[in-house]
Amino acid sequence: MKQKNYNFIIGGSITCFMVLLILVGFFYTPYDPEKMDSSLKFADVSLKHIMGCDNFGRDMFSRILKGCGTTLFVATGTVLIGALMGILIGAFTGYYGGLLDEVLMRVIDALFAFPSILLALVFIAVLGSGKNNVILALGIAFIPSFARIVRSEFIRCKNMDYVMLAKISGASDLRIMFVHILPNTMTVLLSSIMIGFNNAVLAEAGMSYLGIGAQPPEPSLGLMLSESQTYLFSEPGMVLFPGLMIILLVLGFALLAEGLKTRNTGK
Amino acid sequence: MLLQVKDLNIEFHDHARPETVVHHFNLDMEEGEIVGIVGESGSGKSMSALAIAGLLSRKDITKTGNILFENIDVLNASRVEIRAIQGNDIAMIFQEPMTSLNPLKKIGWQVEESLRIHTDYDKETRKKMALDALAAVELPDVERVYNSYPHNLSGGMRQRVMIASAFINNPKLLIADEPTTALDVTIQAGIVKLLKKLGREKGTAILFISHDLSLVRQLCSRVIVMQNGYVVEQGMTEEIFTCPKEDYTKRLIAAIPQVPKTEV
Repeated sequence: MKQKNYNFIIGGSITCFMVLLILVGFFYTPYDPEKMDSSLKFADVSLKHIMGCDNFGRDMFSRILKGCGTTLFVATGTVLIGALMGILIGAFTGYYGGLLDEVLMRVIDALFAFPSILLALVFIAVLGSGKNNVILALGIAFIPSFARIVRSEFIRCKNMDYVMLAKISGASDLRIMFVHILPNTMTVLLSSIMIGFNNAVLAEAGMSYLGIGAQPPEPSLGLMLSESQTYLFSEPGMVLFPGLMIILLVLGFALLAEGLKTRNTGK
Repeated sequence: MLLQVKDLNIEFHDHARPETVVHHFNLDMEEGEIVGIVGESGSGKSMSALAIAGLLSRKDITKTGNILFENIDVLNASRVEIRAIQGNDIAMIFQEPMTSLNPLKKIGWQVEESLRIHTDYDKETRKKMALDALAAVELPDVERVYNSYPHNLSGGMRQRVMIASAFINNPKLLIADEPTTALDVTIQAGIVKLLKKLGREKGTAILFISHDLSLVRQLCSRVIVMQNGYVVEQGMTEEIFTCPKEDYTKRLIAAIPQVPKTEV
């Protein structure tokens, strides 16, 4: 009997739930997430404010909906830049090899030597803070891991007989790379994109926590954590809910990545 | 003259000492002719074939000599010029049908690939031609095969698909690099018969590479025997098989398993 792929099911459900929340938050929030009301300062959890209010009297639930959206937006942009550039670099270096491969891979190695957050901090220092700069900085910091994965897959595939067949059919190099080989790297690439999402969510939260990501008063999960640390013991809800959301996002993607891997390899 | 190979030498430079794997290889092929190359593993037959197909483009391999395919100098032509004949005038079938089809693409898509690259036919015409090609290689239920993936088909069927995709643009030369080695004996005979039939119908010259002498004898009009990168002997098939001159050829022929006539 076939074992059920619980990783995939649970991860998929959590991710779907989160994406649904974020989509809702995109169009509708119960209150204006940036509107302050001093009468509601530190309001408790109630039916009106299901996650309570923060130190400025802003509705936590609305802020979390928007904040998740910000975080996921940054994560998506990051993974998009990282994956696209990684695929391009990995494809060319893996397929052609030679001098191009040597030079580009040494550059990638050098980038890889820095922890990605540190690297992103360097870029932020150059570019200035802000949401879009964080996307760019994290995206660049994410290129090496994608480039390496794609390159190794291309090296594995480029000597396969079906690539020879494409060559003898008269296909151009670009066609061979992106029409014939790239789909065959998708199994590995997809799960690494999921893991990339994970790291990007954490990295964004980390950057915002350090105050160089999303700028207040715009809500972001990391920023909310950072604002709430002063009230850690008096108002634990302010820390709990954003933290919980980060955990759910990361857990969902992690399980989904694991589940995808299982699904694709059939193991 | 369709193909003229003069004094082809292939040398590998991937180790400290360069190594020559093909020495002084000569070959002339007329249109529609079927020529066999036989030899043991490592005799240089596949390397010669890859060079003729223009697939030997690694930088650590040097090739000297001349390969003229319809007045195109294959060894010195640019990649663009070679691509124009690949899939159009030259086609190739590989040894291992299990790996020579892309596992993620439908059979129909793969059979149509050279049409897509070399012609401007619309989708319906391409599909019709692909279905015809699949029918020509005697596959049953072509519509279903067209829409299936490689893992749905058996080895013999996949090799037939390979033949269909090789013949779809009516090439002038088909290089078959040990197309039967990975198949069952009963299926081998069918593939050889099919190659012979299609070659005759479409006027395609076939360069048939094999180490199975009995298949070569059934199919080819001329044979080249290779050993260690050298051509040992060449001539008309019947002459080679009935009165081989070289010792190596004699030993090769003696190695063909004989079924004693008395036993059943």
